[in-house]
Amino acid sequence: MSEAKTATAQNELIPGTTKDVLVRVQNLKKYFPIRRGVLRRQVGAVQAVDGVSFEIRRGETLGLVGESGCGKSTTGRTILQLEKPTGGQVFFGDQELTNMSSSELRKARRHMQMIFQDPYASLNPRMTVGNIISEPLEIHNIGNAASRKERVQELLRLVGLNPYFINRYPHEFSGGQRQRIGIARALATNPSFIVADEPISALDVSIQAQVVNLLEDLKQELGLTYLFIAHDLSMVRYISDRVAVMYLGRIVEMGHRDEVYDHPLHPYTQALLSAIPIPDPDKEARRKRIILEGDVPSPANPPAACRFHTRCSYATDICREVDPEFRNFGTDSREHWVACHHAEKFND
Amino acid sequence: MSHLLEVKNLVTRFYTEDGIVHAVNGISYTLDEGESMAIVGESGSGKSVSVLSVMGLIPSPPGKVEAGEVILNGRDLLKLSPEEMRHIRGKEIAMVFQDPMTSLNPVLTIGRQMTEGIELHLGLSKEEASQRAAEMLSLVGIPNAEDRLNDYPHQFSGGQRQRIGIAMALSCNPTILIADEPTTALDVTIQAQIIDLVKKLKEQLGMAIIWITHDLGVVAGLVEKVAVMYAGFIVEMGSVHDVYKDTSHPYTLGLLESIPKIDSKEKRRLIPIPGLPPDLLKEPTQCPFAPRCRYAIDKCWEENPPLVAIAPNHTAACWRAEEIHEGLRIDLPAGEPA
Repeated sequence: MSEAKTATAQNELIPGTTKDVLVRVQNLKKYFPIRRGVLRRQVGAVQAVDGVSFEIRRGETLGLVGESGCGKSTTGRTILQLEKPTGGQVFFGDQELTNMSSSELRKARRHMQMIFQDPYASLNPRMTVGNIISEPLEIHNIGNAASRKERVQELLRLVGLNPYFINRYPHEFSGGQRQRIGIARALATNPSFIVADEPISALDVSIQAQVVNLLEDLKQELGLTYLFIAHDLSMVRYISDRVAVMYLGRIVEMGHRDEVYDHPLHPYTQALLSAIPIPDPDKEARRKRIILEGDVPSPANPPAACRFHTRCSYATDICREVDPEFRNFGTDSREHWVACHHAEKFND
Repeated sequence: MSHLLEVKNLVTRFYTEDGIVHAVNGISYTLDEGESMAIVGESGSGKSVSVLSVMGLIPSPPGKVEAGEVILNGRDLLKLSPEEMRHIRGKEIAMVFQDPMTSLNPVLTIGRQMTEGIELHLGLSKEEASQRAAEMLSLVGIPNAEDRLNDYPHQFSGGQRQRIGIAMALSCNPTILIADEPTTALDVTIQAQIIDLVKKLKEQLGMAIIWITHDLGVVAGLVEKVAVMYAGFIVEMGSVHDVYKDTSHPYTLGLLESIPKIDSKEKRRLIPIPGLPPDLLKEPTQCPFAPRCRYAIDKCWEENPPLVAIAPNHTAACWRAEEIHEGLRIDLPAGEPA
């Protein structure tokens, strides 16, 4: 595959990458101000992302899961600098993104792209498929009109669409096909890193598997690295190498997918996993569910210390007073990080 | 023994500028007292239109219930006047909707919205109706129910709003509760709360339930009977065990194969259902699933298979249902079609 070669070559071009870490996020914070009154004075802040740190290794898929409002999408957008971080650093290779000028950032963006959730809202209805996919090439000044057209046809073929569709408009396509168009657009500049924000949530069940298989094939062929953001925990286990679980702006547990899913050490992860319905009546009959009481507290006024203590049945005084540290219960090769004072209790 | 609800050959179409949408194409099922069933299907399968037809809630025009009978306690609901239907809806059959944000009126208090139906259907005074509404709210787990009757929908969380929707639906003791994707808009932990609540309420109150969903997981532990819909047809129906474990229709099989198993380490490639959802503007003459089906034979392109029994209380609409029921499996050809 010619694409595969280019992608690998490009990865080597990112200089000074240590180990095989492609993206390193350090203490990332994103607060949204709450303004009130005629003077729009700031009266508080929604702490959407509050001190998140992780690495994504070259060629891996990191799954980021959590419920609505936990900050998982904001994390993805802030990494790509689509939102300006309130604090923290994001390294892409050895480039630090958070203090780049906009022209430097534009150059860097070639290598990192995003796939959006809603294939109905994320494609401009007045543009042809060809224009939608070649737009990033024009922005980055890649090629001329003829080579761009060729590239678009190549991309359409790559995502399983007929190259003949180049002059059609988004409304002529089904949801699954539109998501393929969104993927083709993201791949146009030959990026090495893709943030996929709920890329299958808006699709019908029978179409989801098509798109997930496509994402996996493309990863293999082009040597891509994914941050896969989703609330569908079954799909995240399937597609991810490692998984990070978010609650109220923080990562509470992170590790190899089988570690996190088979031996969850954080009470929130345990509840989240037990809440997922399994399409098997025999297993469902035998299962015991952990039902969490109440709702997720507001991120504008999160609980002190451990943010989960208000809904946690294991919470003790220390959980209300001291912020739990992130500790590794796994091995060096198979990490399993958890932020819970009582994690030992579950680690048998 | 007669059934609580009997739907016979229900046909609903929509007359649009683009042509006739064949939304529901002659479906039949029964529901017994206290029984719970699920109607499972993807968008456009006709699952919601079929229950809206039962409730007399199809917007007309463009929609029209063209044929069929809906027998509830010996009466055909499709023959009732709108005024008569008003006394059935909410009293005998009640409904919970998908989006708790939009199904409540934002400018009326919860109390006002709840007591309206209670006064109409149960003939209670204002105070009695308020009392009843407060009882229902505490039953579904809303704390300080009496005070909260004066609150507006925006003062509740999404999960609480769905609880209010359920309280409202059950406030007049309906014999049937229809839940149209009631947990789809909710997070998984809140979904688990709502499913848990509905199970408890069913034990306490004994109403029959029709649960509409696109998620095979949600209903696996919740209902006794499942009907799978595709392109306006019921393509497979039976006990939850029959449909999930002795699956006999290629579409049901495809749905089960295309979702990853959360409790499995093994990573086998997902088997997608190829192709696109059906075009409902075409009048169905062949099997509607044939274009996406790896089991299709010549006959499937010529004649639409009827829903027939393959085992006691287990039906499927597929010319090869018996073979599939006995374990026939065809692998996806290499270089799978996208």
